Amino acid sequence: MTTNGLHPLEALLRERIVVLDGAMGTMIQRYKLSEADYRGKRFSDWKGKDLKGSLELLNLTRPQVVEEIHAAYLNAGADVIETNTFSGTTIGLHDFLFQGEPTRGRKDQEFFQRVVDDVDLRALVHEINLDAAEIARRVADRVANETGQQRFVGGSMGPLPVAGSISPDVNDPAFRAVSFDQLRQTYFDEAKALLEGGVDLLMVETIFDTLNGKAALFAITDALEETGRSVPLMISGTVIDKSGRNLSGQTVEASLISLAHAQPLILGLNCSLGPDEMEPFVEELARISPYYMSAYPNAGLPDALSPTGFPETAETFAPKVAKWVENGWLNTVGGCCGTTPDHIRALAKLVHQFSPRVVETTIS
Amino acid sequence: MTLRLSGLEPLNITPEFGFAVIGERTNITGSPKFSKLILAGDFDGAVAVARQQAQGGANMLDVNMDEGMIDSEAAMTRFLNLIGSEPEIARIPIVIDSSKWSVIEAGLKCVQGKAVVNSISLKNGEEEFIRQARLIRQYGAATIVMAFDEQGQADNRQRKVDVCSRAYDVLTKRADFPANDIIFDPNILTVATGLEEHRNYAVDFLEATRWIRKNLPGARVSGGVSNISFSFRGNNTVREAMHAAFLFHAIRAGLDMGIVNAGQLAVYEEIEPELRERVEDVLLNRRDDATERLVDFAESVKAKGKTPVADAAWRKDPVEERLKHALVKGIVDYIDTDTEEARQKCKRPLDVIEGPLMAGMSVVGDLFGSGKMFLPQVVKSARVMKKAVAYLLPFMEAEKSEGAKPQARIVMATVKGDVHDIGKNIVAVVLQCNNYDVVDLGVMVPAAKILETAREKKADAIGLSGLITPSLDEMIHVAQEMDREGFRVPLLIGGATTSRAHTAVKIAPHYGASTVHVLDASRAVGVVNSLLNEELKSAFDKKTREEYERLRQQHAAKARDKKLLTLAEARENRTRIDWSSYVPPKPEFIGVRSCVPKLEDLVPFIDWSPFFHAWELRGRYPSIFDDPKVGKEARELFDDAQAILGRIVAKNLLVARGVHAFWPANSVGDDIDLYSDEARTEKFATFYFLRQQMQKPAGQFNHCLADYVAPVSNPRSATEARDRRDRRQSREGQRRVSEGSERVSIRDPQSIDYLGGFAVSIHGADELSEAFKHEHDDYSAIITKALADRLAEAFSEYLHQQTRIAWGFGRDEELSHADLIREKYRGIRPAAGYPACPDHAEKRTLFELLDAEKNAGFRLTESFAMHPGASVSGLYFSHVDAKYFGVGQIGRDQLLDYVARRGESVAAVEKRLAPNLDYNI
Repeated sequence: MTTNGLHPLEALLRERIVVLDGAMGTMIQRYKLSEADYRGKRFSDWKGKDLKGSLELLNLTRPQVVEEIHAAYLNAGADVIETNTFSGTTIGLHDFLFQGEPTRGRKDQEFFQRVVDDVDLRALVHEINLDAAEIARRVADRVANETGQQRFVGGSMGPLPVAGSISPDVNDPAFRAVSFDQLRQTYFDEAKALLEGGVDLLMVETIFDTLNGKAALFAITDALEETGRSVPLMISGTVIDKSGRNLSGQTVEASLISLAHAQPLILGLNCSLGPDEMEPFVEELARISPYYMSAYPNAGLPDALSPTGFPETAETFAPKVAKWVENGWLNTVGGCCGTTPDHIRALAKLVHQFSPRVVETTIS
Repeated sequence: MTLRLSGLEPLNITPEFGFAVIGERTNITGSPKFSKLILAGDFDGAVAVARQQAQGGANMLDVNMDEGMIDSEAAMTRFLNLIGSEPEIARIPIVIDSSKWSVIEAGLKCVQGKAVVNSISLKNGEEEFIRQARLIRQYGAATIVMAFDEQGQADNRQRKVDVCSRAYDVLTKRADFPANDIIFDPNILTVATGLEEHRNYAVDFLEATRWIRKNLPGARVSGGVSNISFSFRGNNTVREAMHAAFLFHAIRAGLDMGIVNAGQLAVYEEIEPELRERVEDVLLNRRDDATERLVDFAESVKAKGKTPVADAAWRKDPVEERLKHALVKGIVDYIDTDTEEARQKCKRPLDVIEGPLMAGMSVVGDLFGSGKMFLPQVVKSARVMKKAVAYLLPFMEAEKSEGAKPQARIVMATVKGDVHDIGKNIVAVVLQCNNYDVVDLGVMVPAAKILETAREKKADAIGLSGLITPSLDEMIHVAQEMDREGFRVPLLIGGATTSRAHTAVKIAPHYGASTVHVLDASRAVGVVNSLLNEELKSAFDKKTREEYERLRQQHAAKARDKKLLTLAEARENRTRIDWSSYVPPKPEFIGVRSCVPKLEDLVPFIDWSPFFHAWELRGRYPSIFDDPKVGKEARELFDDAQAILGRIVAKNLLVARGVHAFWPANSVGDDIDLYSDEARTEKFATFYFLRQQMQKPAGQFNHCLADYVAPVSNPRSATEARDRRDRRQSREGQRRVSEGSERVSIRDPQSIDYLGGFAVSIHGADELSEAFKHEHDDYSAIITKALADRLAEAFSEYLHQQTRIAWGFGRDEELSHADLIREKYRGIRPAAGYPACPDHAEKRTLFELLDAEKNAGFRLTESFAMHPGASVSGLYFSHVDAKYFGVGQIGRDQLLDYVARRGESVAAVEKRLAPNLDYNI
């Protein structure tokens, strides 16, 4: 898997702009799936909470939906597709799939310890990630064969509903609902299954609390060691508002420093903001980051009355992101919430005329 | 070669950085005060120590909890979690200090930034050293390495060099540890102990430091500075002098950072010279009797306590300001005393909340809104607020028992699937501050839980919050459930993605009782007061329902708009005008005429209302002068404008130049062809128009400007029209013969019609305005431009009147100024680039036809803007049914049809008409 000693993804990054896919959730919403769809046959007798909205479960119950979406993005020109595993962790899925209840009035570390240790839940999460990786692998390889152009599968590792460095209780600032070790364990299970499923890279994305991100990266090193694989990493943080900070309060540069030890191949920003709001932070990161740089914003700030829930159309979105490429800030582009294959197609059409950002440090 | 660290903010220690200060007072082994606080479990007090260090200028904060009496791992975790919630402290990187690896690891699990471990060493051999270094790397931290090995502490220069050199090799070669993340601590050991072998300790440290910086690339040097002066414990004057002098020399030797009392650094130059000399004798081992001499001197100086340098100036401000400061900075240290002081000043405890505390929170809200504060700080502010309110609660209870009304209870929750609760928490705090009993269910709360709690607690209202888009659907679900279960209490909706429109359109219809969107915390109290007050609630509910109904209708209308008719359907529903019985009025002349009126003739045509709007004075002329708010200002402005207008008119400072024209014309489909003469000998120009495609209620038409001009019988081409010329002429002849009282009815239905065009401009405004600016009179400069705009509009009104007269039907008009402003005359004068004709390109055709550049002295820019700016151009339509309308959204079918008619490229036209396209380009 090397080209002149480089990982093929890095070889491609040196050659041209690499295009990621767009939103998975937005596309799934279009299918207007019902509770019964989410359950499929396998969970038709499920006694727990409703499963509607548990997007990752679709890897098991409606794999053809996931496959169609992947194919749509690949056909739109995406070089990299992300597995449908954004919340595919024991903690990320516990609201749907974990049967236990907090015993002390609130979800605390005792509760989440039960979540991350739950044998059935862990097995299910493993299967979900394994299947998700295999689905994406299958479509990517098929399209690669059809088009003669290599496609990559990125194992998506998104944020969790709990944060390691933020207290959910204003009156108890020392309280943490979850511990670092629990974060590590939940991300380890996901990373390991994704690696076993054959992903080409792992993508820790939408990092809104850097401590969660650090736990994911810690888990990845363990998972790489355990599976004996070696894949490049992509890390993507999220700036939540114009203060230029993530939810846990770090500036873009502070986050970069906090995550740099993982030696990512690609580092960048995604989610939370649309291209208009994200621009200053993309510029800043491009100025200071020694890594290949990515940006995949939302299709604007949420707008409940737009059909996708986001205001930017393919036509308005693509030129804004392409401008960053033209400015020499980026190596990798794509879309986050509210983006569709149309967005990616429009983007892919625009960006290939520009040269990628020159990066001196390479990670072999 | 930069050591990069971070807290909430980056700390890049570049070679040029200078000396980095590591605050030492949060070390349980070194600070008796901190130790006492931790042992007493007073973590608030301990956090205050950390804040003092951060405010005192510490670049990093050393935290040490090595104390046998406590669970050090737990204390480290708790303390780091606490300061992690204090943005002012958390902005700087943490130095996790312990001699126990388990405590260090506990600390590493708490910090999101890139921290520094203090410390690891070769004490237990290379394998353990490598294991720890790898883990540090996995946690993403840098590390301090103590000059310590299997033999013990390195005390002299050579041992220090040997141990550090070996550690460096092991780390960089065997543990894959980046050299930039290595910081050596070559042991600052206590001097002036009276023991001979300690005399050279300072010198050994300085020399080892110099060697490390020179020979171990990337590595840095740190040290615990206060160790040096341990033998002078209790004498701060001497100790501070020793620290300052030692640092002075150590920094010159290459010391990058040191653990010091950040608030208490003396300045080398300011040390009393005699003291400094004796201190340096000790440090640099310059005299055999150095220690004795310093001890003698120490006994003679009275230790003068210094006050901490933390910025306490705000404590001298009035209590209202102090409360505001505490809220904005999130400082809880003095909140009880300050709240008490404010309570004594106010009549009722609630006044403290509604007065200074809410004022402070509103500053917080503003700063947050403008991106100058970030979420963690706001949460901290909310905490200060809560503490203040908690302090006041007993007083409010006492007051209530004196006969106040019972509190209303509100159940609040961030809905299932969403963890965002900052806004909800703030709203909860604000409501509590206003004497409401808030039951906060937290985040990710399923509908059933909300309903169950509301029922159990007999809630008077329910508040839902959410930030992410799927939460909106969940809110709908909660509303449905509330309705299904027969709830009647008001439902409040809030959160970043929620909106009034969304609430009205998507949520309110599902719930029978009041459903109200709350824009932000500041509105929450007003809304809740209105909803729960017996006297106000029905009126408020009615008002809200009406408003939401209106929003729903608007939304429905918009949605309807989006379903466009096909172009064929729209054309089918063209404006119905019965041309068979219509006699188009014939103008006095055909062709182009220029018009240069006197300014004084234009003045009566001025519509003054927009002039005031330009100055952001809302109201209509002349009633604006009676407006209680802006009336006086409007009058003054009007008087000033009149004075300038008077001068302009008297001295002809501006020039009006215009041109208008009549052309024989017929509509051909959605276009209007112009002919060289009434016999339609030659078609010499075409105006292309767009047709409304929105769905119309029965009886309303899909308008197009071309509908207002009589159609040519065969719309396919003007050539065919020309072919018909002879036939038509012969018919004309026949008609003339049989003409009589029936003239109208027998008129040819394909009879020729006429289209007018005009362009007017006011010249000289830029120059005149510049002249005013030159005299620093911007006010008059702006008035001048605004007047020029008004005159241009007046000119077009004036010329329109002239045109109507020339057309005949205007001769009998008896219209007042107000009637003219309200366009109570026959016909319209739409302009290209406005709703009835959104394509600016039609201006090009008009300008060419009018030869406006020559006839009126102004031109079009490439983007179809008119220059000078005070210009108006448009077309005149004479039909009595002609009216202004907006084309609105058009479909791709019409766009393609329009493009084909114009013979342009699709892309060019799509670009110009982008705002009108109902599809994505």
